[in-house]
Amino acid sequence: MKYIDDFRRADLARRIATALADEVDRRRDYRLMEFCGGHTHAIFRYGVQDLVPDNIRFVHGPGCPVCVLPAARIDAAIHLALQHDVILCTYADLMRVPADRRMSLQQARAAGADVRMVYSTRDALMIARDNPGRETVFFAIGFETTTPPTAVAIKQAQAEQLQNFSVFCNHVLTPAAMRCLLETSDDSLSLDGFLGPSHVSTVIGWQPYAAIAETYRRPIVIAGFEPLDIMQSTLMLVRQINAGRHDVENEYTRVVSRAGNTKAQQLVNDVMMLRESFEWRGLGAVPASALRLRPAYAAFDAEQRFELPVTRSREVSGCECPSILRGIMAPPECKLFGTACTPDNPLGSCMVSSEGACAAYWSYRRPRQSVSDRDVPAATAG
Amino acid sequence: MCLAIPARVDDIAADGETATVAVGDVSKTISLALVDDIRVGDYVLVHVGYALNVISPDEAEKTLALFAEAGRVGGGNG
Repeated sequence: MKYIDDFRRADLARRIATALADEVDRRRDYRLMEFCGGHTHAIFRYGVQDLVPDNIRFVHGPGCPVCVLPAARIDAAIHLALQHDVILCTYADLMRVPADRRMSLQQARAAGADVRMVYSTRDALMIARDNPGRETVFFAIGFETTTPPTAVAIKQAQAEQLQNFSVFCNHVLTPAAMRCLLETSDDSLSLDGFLGPSHVSTVIGWQPYAAIAETYRRPIVIAGFEPLDIMQSTLMLVRQINAGRHDVENEYTRVVSRAGNTKAQQLVNDVMMLRESFEWRGLGAVPASALRLRPAYAAFDAEQRFELPVTRSREVSGCECPSILRGIMAPPECKLFGTACTPDNPLGSCMVSSEGACAAYWSYRRPRQSVSDRDVPAATAG
Repeated sequence: MCLAIPARVDDIAADGETATVAVGDVSKTISLALVDDIRVGDYVLVHVGYALNVISPDEAEKTLALFAEAGRVGGGNG
């Protein structure tokens, strides 16, 4: 398919792999965080780690919305569905995340709650129109990529005077999380640079990362999600690090610009405003890191319309999701990984979402081949 | 969650609000609420039923050329 196949070509991958092997400084390590779960998934699926020199390490970041949503918010959604008897519409990724007492939305549905998986906010609006006698709540989660479609749905509901539609808003912001990671991490994380978000940046542009690169002196390369995008971006990071630079560079120029999609930004800004603080699984309370509906749209705000319990999120005992989301632990270091916690019976969110680091390890991990077996030229640089 | 796929715009509704797009052999109706000036034949990035942006063919070509250059820039033997 156009714009996909070309960015997975093996011959071009070999070229970039050659350049990487030539250009890395063998005397040091490069610890690069891929912020997004989409990158984590692609790195494992296409074996990118095996195509780059051994001293480049990909550290998996918190950019998986399902993974970072604290259990308390899922508890609240389950409460909406069970106690308030609403039709709860959700993206499929959220269905199996275990919350309090390991209850998930899927189990709530089995217990009689009307939980429906939707592909789009447009489907949620359709359900509300088709069920005028019942409250329909859209369980909105996601980073800046997924927020504009929620904003459009709220505007549409207002235009149609749809009385029975509301949104349980859990949209979160990428730059705030990146800052929090750099601000609160001790030396154990020691990141040398970031593969920056792909589709988040399509919406917000690359400009918002400039202050982060400058303040924390870390290079950031906005990287597409295809394997060649990731390899090229890795090369761009290596070059910056070798030169002692810490700029924002954009590899994903075919859809990311400096300013991003200003129409989408305006729609979001019309409908939503910053929360003072929001709880993230793994990062804790992060100031100015999430959005809520503006008071003018209170009629469409499920948190205003319904009484919701405020509970504390509790992790399953032994689950290392918080450390994995911060990049300070790798999935196999968790003692539940692959034993008590598997994709069939996930105990932590990182095993549920296909973008979660644990699910990626589980699905694609293979023993690394020795250097001589690899289908790439051996390093020549000293 | 942030995954989005490139799709070709095959038809735009008379009101300009939705479009029929093709992803490989699959056809789908998506919203154009987040984008302006879309034309039939454009490729757009589709996420949860919405076009997020137009894909620039020129920039895509340049990026592919950059990949092909990679092995040479570093003075390697690729």
